[in-house]
Amino acid sequence: MARFIIRRVLLAIPTLLFISFIIFAILDLAPNDPTGSLPLTVPPEVREQIRESLGFNDPFGIRYIKWLRQFFIFEPLNALETATGITIGDSANRTRILSWQTRSPVVEIIIERLPQTLWVLGTSFILGILIAVPVGVLSAYKQYSLFDQIGTFVSMVGFSIPTFFLGLLMIIVFSVELGWFPSFYDTTHKVTDWPSFVVQVRQMIMPISVLALFNASSLSRFTRSAVLDNLNLDYVRTARSKGVRENAVLLIHVLRNSLIPVVTLIAIQIPGIFAGAVITEQIFRVNGLGQLLITSIQGADIPTVQTLTFIFAFLIVVFNLVADIVYGILDPRIRYD
Amino acid sequence: MATITPNQSFENDSAEQQEYRSLWGDVWRQFRRHKGAVFGMSVLLAIVIIVLIGPFIYTVDPGFLDITATNQGPSLTHPLGTDNLGRDMLAQVMAGGRISLAVGVTAMLISLTLGVSIGIGAGYFHFLDGPLMRLTDLFFALPVLPLLLVITMLFRDVLREAFGPERGIFILIVSVIGATSWMQTARVVRGEVLSVKEQEFVTAATSIGTRPFRIILRHIFPNVLSPVMVAAALGIAAAIITESALSFLGLGFPSDFPTWGRLLFDGKDFIALTPTRVIWPGLAISLTVLSVNFIGDGLRDALDPRLRGK
Repeated sequence: MARFIIRRVLLAIPTLLFISFIIFAILDLAPNDPTGSLPLTVPPEVREQIRESLGFNDPFGIRYIKWLRQFFIFEPLNALETATGITIGDSANRTRILSWQTRSPVVEIIIERLPQTLWVLGTSFILGILIAVPVGVLSAYKQYSLFDQIGTFVSMVGFSIPTFFLGLLMIIVFSVELGWFPSFYDTTHKVTDWPSFVVQVRQMIMPISVLALFNASSLSRFTRSAVLDNLNLDYVRTARSKGVRENAVLLIHVLRNSLIPVVTLIAIQIPGIFAGAVITEQIFRVNGLGQLLITSIQGADIPTVQTLTFIFAFLIVVFNLVADIVYGILDPRIRYD
Repeated sequence: MATITPNQSFENDSAEQQEYRSLWGDVWRQFRRHKGAVFGMSVLLAIVIIVLIGPFIYTVDPGFLDITATNQGPSLTHPLGTDNLGRDMLAQVMAGGRISLAVGVTAMLISLTLGVSIGIGAGYFHFLDGPLMRLTDLFFALPVLPLLLVITMLFRDVLREAFGPERGIFILIVSVIGATSWMQTARVVRGEVLSVKEQEFVTAATSIGTRPFRIILRHIFPNVLSPVMVAAALGIAAAIITESALSFLGLGFPSDFPTWGRLLFDGKDFIALTPTRVIWPGLAISLTVLSVNFIGDGLRDALDPRLRGK
C-alpha cells in the first residue's frame, strides 16, 4: 500500500508541472500590459519602470521559473511564517506574486476571499451528500416504485437545469415575488446574536439550495446505480438465505460495498464544485474566489488569474490522488503494486 | 399447378421482409419503449422545428430597436415582450436558439472526432497507448471552466478581427469546448477497441492482409458505435450548458448575436421589471438539455444488448 501511494504521489508531480506550464504559457502568449489600466497621465518612462519592477521584460523561461519559485517555495514559506510566527531565512527580500490590480500579494487576497466560498460550498456539499445517498439507496432498493420514479425524474431535472437559470428562477420567485429571502449574499454581515443569525440563514438558503440540488442529483443517480449493481450479487443472496434481517442486508452488506465508488466520486467532484461556485457566486454576488476569478479576468490581472487557475488545477490533481488512495484502502482488490 | 405468377412471388417476398428484423430496428423498438427518451425526442424535435422554421413564420428582426416599446410584458404584437432596447424577445429567443444548437452540435462533433480518434489510436496501436492515455490524464486534470474563461477573454479579439465578429467567436467557443471535452469518449472508446480487436473476425481480416486503416474503418469502428452515440447525445447537452455558462458570465457571444445564455446574462439585471426575459431563454436551455439527456439514457438502454428484448 505504501508503495502504491508513493508511486501515485510521484506521478502527480510531473502532471502538476505540465499543467502549470500550460496555464502560464496560455496567459503569457496573450497580448497584455500590466500598465494598461493606469491613467494616461503616467509618463512612458514610469510605465517602463513599472514593467521592469514587475519582471515583465525578462524572457519567457526566466519568468516561468521565477513564478514557479514564488508559487512553490516562497508562498508556502510565507504561509508557514504567518502560521507559526517564526522568521525563516531572508523573508523580507522574498519576491511575492503581486496582483496587477491591487499591487498586494495574490495569496493574501485569496485567503481573504476563501472563507465566503468555503462556507457556501461546504454547507451545500454536505447537504447534497446527506440528501443524495439515502435517496439513491432507497430508489435502488425499491426500483420502479413511485418513489424511485419521482426520485430519478427529479434528479434528471436537477442535473439538466443549469445552476445559473435555477438561481435566477429562485430569485424571481423568492426575492422578487414573495420577498422571503434577499437576492444577494452580504458577506460583511456578522453573526452576533439570534436575529443576525436568522438574517445569515435567510441569505444562505438560496445559494446553498441551488448548489446542493445540483450536487445531489448527479450523486443520487450514481448511488442508485451502484446499489443496483450490488443488490443482485451472490453475497446478498447468501446473507438473505442465512437469515440476516433485510435492514442489515441493505444497510450493512449492500450499503458498505456500494459506497466504495460513491466515496471516490465525491472526492473527484470536490474540485468541480469550486468551478460551479464561479457561476453561483456571480448570481448571488458572493464575493468569494469565483467572483475574484471573474473580476481579475475582466481586469486582465494576469498574476491573480494564473494563481487561481493553478490552484483549481492543484485541487483536481490532489483530489484525484485522494480518490485513488481511498479506493485502494476501501477495496483491497484495487491495490495493484 | 406449380406455376407461380409474378404477383404471388412478390407477395412472398414482402412477407419475408416483414419477418426480417435488423439490428437498428431492434434498437429503435427498444428506444421507443423508454418513456423519457420518447418525451425527450418529441420535445427536442419541437424545439428544433420552432427554432429553424419559426423565423420564417414570425418575421420580426431580432435586432430591430424600438425605443417606443421598451421593457414590455407579453402582448399581441410582442408575444414574449421586449427587452430594455425594445427588441422583440420571441425573435431573439428563436435566433439565439439557432446559435446555441449550432454550438452544441459543432462542439460535440469536434469533441467526438478527437475522442474517437484518440481512443481508437490508443486502443489499436500498442505503441500509442501509453503516450495518448497520459495525454488524456493530463487533460482530465485541467480546470476546464477557468481555462475556458481565460482563453475566450484572451483570444476573443484576435479571432474577431480574423473572421468577423460572429464567426470568430463561434469558432473560438466551439473549438475550446471541443478541445476540453473529448477525454471521457477517448477512454470509453479505447476500452471497447481493446476488447473488439482481440476477436476472431479481426484476426481473420488481418490474416488475409487487410491494412490496419481498413480494419479500423470496416471492423473496429462499427463495433464501438454504441458508446460513441451515447457520448454524442450527452456531448450536445454538455456543450450547450458550457456555452451558456460562458455567455452567462459575459465572456461568450456578444449581445448583438445573442445565444440563450447571453439572453439570460442580459436579462438578469431586469428580473424585477421583466422576469420573462430570463424565464424563456432559461426554459429553452433547460428543456433542450433535459430532453437530450433523456435521449442519451434511452440510447444507452436501447444499445445495450443485455437489456434489449426484455
